[in-house]
Amino acid sequence: MSIEEKTYAELREIAARYPEPRSGLLPMLHLVQAAEGCITPDGIDACAQVLGLTAAEVSGVATFYTMYKRHRVGDFHVGVCTNTLCAVMGGDAIFERLKDHLGVGNDEVAPKRQGDQYSVSVEHIECNAACDYAPVVMVNWEFLDNQTPDSTVRTVEALRAGHAVTSTRGPRICTWREAERVLAGFNDGRADEGPAAGPASLAGLKLHATRAEIEELTQLIDAPRQGLGLEGGND
Amino acid sequence: MPLKPVLTANWADERAWTLAAYTAGGGYQALDKALAMSPEDVVETVKASGLRGRGGAGFPTGMKWGFLPPPDSADPHGGKPRYLVVNADESEPGTCKDIPLMMASPHTLIEGVIISSYAIKARHAFIYVRGEVLHVIRRLQAAVAEAYAAGHLGTDIHGTGYDLELVVHAGAGAYICGEETALLDSLEGRRGQPRLRPPFPAVAGLYASPTVINNAESIATVPAIVKNGADWFAGMGTEKSAGVGIFSLSGHVTRPGQYEAPLGITLRELLELAGGVRAGHRLKFWTPGGSSTPLFTDEHLDVPLDFESVAAAGSMLGTRALQIFDETVCVVRAVLRWTEFYKHESCGKCTPCREGTWWLAQVLARLEQGQGSEADLDLLLDQCDNILGRSFCALGDGATSPITSSIQYFRQEYVDHLTHGGCPFDPAASTLFGQEVRA
Repeated sequence: MSIEEKTYAELREIAARYPEPRSGLLPMLHLVQAAEGCITPDGIDACAQVLGLTAAEVSGVATFYTMYKRHRVGDFHVGVCTNTLCAVMGGDAIFERLKDHLGVGNDEVAPKRQGDQYSVSVEHIECNAACDYAPVVMVNWEFLDNQTPDSTVRTVEALRAGHAVTSTRGPRICTWREAERVLAGFNDGRADEGPAAGPASLAGLKLHATRAEIEELTQLIDAPRQGLGLEGGND
Repeated sequence: MPLKPVLTANWADERAWTLAAYTAGGGYQALDKALAMSPEDVVETVKASGLRGRGGAGFPTGMKWGFLPPPDSADPHGGKPRYLVVNADESEPGTCKDIPLMMASPHTLIEGVIISSYAIKARHAFIYVRGEVLHVIRRLQAAVAEAYAAGHLGTDIHGTGYDLELVVHAGAGAYICGEETALLDSLEGRRGQPRLRPPFPAVAGLYASPTVINNAESIATVPAIVKNGADWFAGMGTEKSAGVGIFSLSGHVTRPGQYEAPLGITLRELLELAGGVRAGHRLKFWTPGGSSTPLFTDEHLDVPLDFESVAAAGSMLGTRALQIFDETVCVVRAVLRWTEFYKHESCGKCTPCREGTWWLAQVLARLEQGQGSEADLDLLLDQCDNILGRSFCALGDGATSPITSSIQYFRQEYVDHLTHGGCPFDPAASTLFGQEVRA
């Protein structure tokens, strides 16, 4: 399947965002994944043509980064964090259970069963900057915080059945190819979905509010005594 | 020592990520104040505040800005263009502060980008954000679009004649791109591999032009400094580690999360605020600033978490990524997993790191399985000695930190794996759902 003219136009549009067009290569490769479902030889050729590079030069970049896939992933790509902190708090158990449940190995696609709306794939991922919500699972790079093996299996089954699944700290989860389009810089207008912050992000702030209220009360209580000069030498 | 929300203060606001909410809370007032100052005065303000890089190295931010060569007076355009690049590639294991910041309040960062770009006379800025955080990228893209529409970005900003273009750039999954020169190569559309320094980015950075590259939290702190003054910021924290920073508590604590406090707070104080180590357990080891900073133990509860005190105690403040592990966690398993991470993320450019991290992982795996011998511990230390200080960038150095520090504090636990013929720990005990795993 060759690259459509619309995609070529968008690849050129990405390159034009930068003072030097080659800077657009990473988002362009994200767009190739949105259009093609993974990094294909045609997609590599298209990027090379737009940027005046050789296919080998583009390929050399594409193979360096783990988000670029040289084979198809599922409509919903599930990443289980198995870096140390998530792993010991349950990530390893989630990953094992998920592989077992789906009957696949790392970075493999579970075959779509009869009646499934969507396919899922699974891989173990490195730290995704959400350690205060460990164990963390990502679906198409949206956060699923504080997961357990059971909750992850339930999510995966809901996704396969075509039910809407919402990130614990974000929007309704879109397909992998739709997600790749956003990464290429084409916003899907859904920034307003989901909360500003999850509970752990607000842990200190909430505590501060309580403490401030306590301090304010303490000051009110202490004020008369201080006024009488009974308390001295406070720093 | 109390908490002091500055960057986190608006995270609980209704629709905090929108321009309307940010402006209602006083957002973009600092921009007006900065634009009324000369760029040089803004640089001086940031210098005087004592702000040091929040990405781990702690280099003084204002001083970094001051390293840019002066504009070329012979050239009518002032010489090569200057660039500001924000490092939002947050990937250090344990580090989880920039992502919630950009999710909750992307405009804080964007206002910081505009002020900082104005200060260094850049007309093009980039936010390089890791690709694996889709909703954060959505929020950044939408916020940048709002800022353009409001006249905070684009041409003739606030009628001052100052122009600035800002591009949100999604990475594609590579820890090494958090290293500033690898990030620049990646932003130029290449494999993310670090560059030889000098020349430093200030002289020859993006497109070989003068470039300032700062961590997202550093840049996001700039509006508060401009708004409240350098003295306000310098008055918090310690003398050499000024101001506030976000401390990220994760792992076996009762209430993990983000705790913004003056630098110099201790883990004992933070743990008290976070409800302590999870019920029925005790602290075993922790990282003060991510997995690349040497481990601490319960001996270090009272080390002030500022750059100097943590260094004096044998580690690094890093990104204030406090990963807490209780006594159920096998330190050998933890260190092996981090080592596998470094092995996976080594960019392959230099031999000590590329080959060394593979050897480290192999020897550690052998030990963890109860095979090998006690001499392997000395072999590991020897391998670390051949990586630390001999690698092209800090990734290799970081890979040795958990190994050398864990052998220093927990040598016996490695030996126990040998006498036990494998790991003596029950992995289910460290999970948050032991019953579910065992069932």
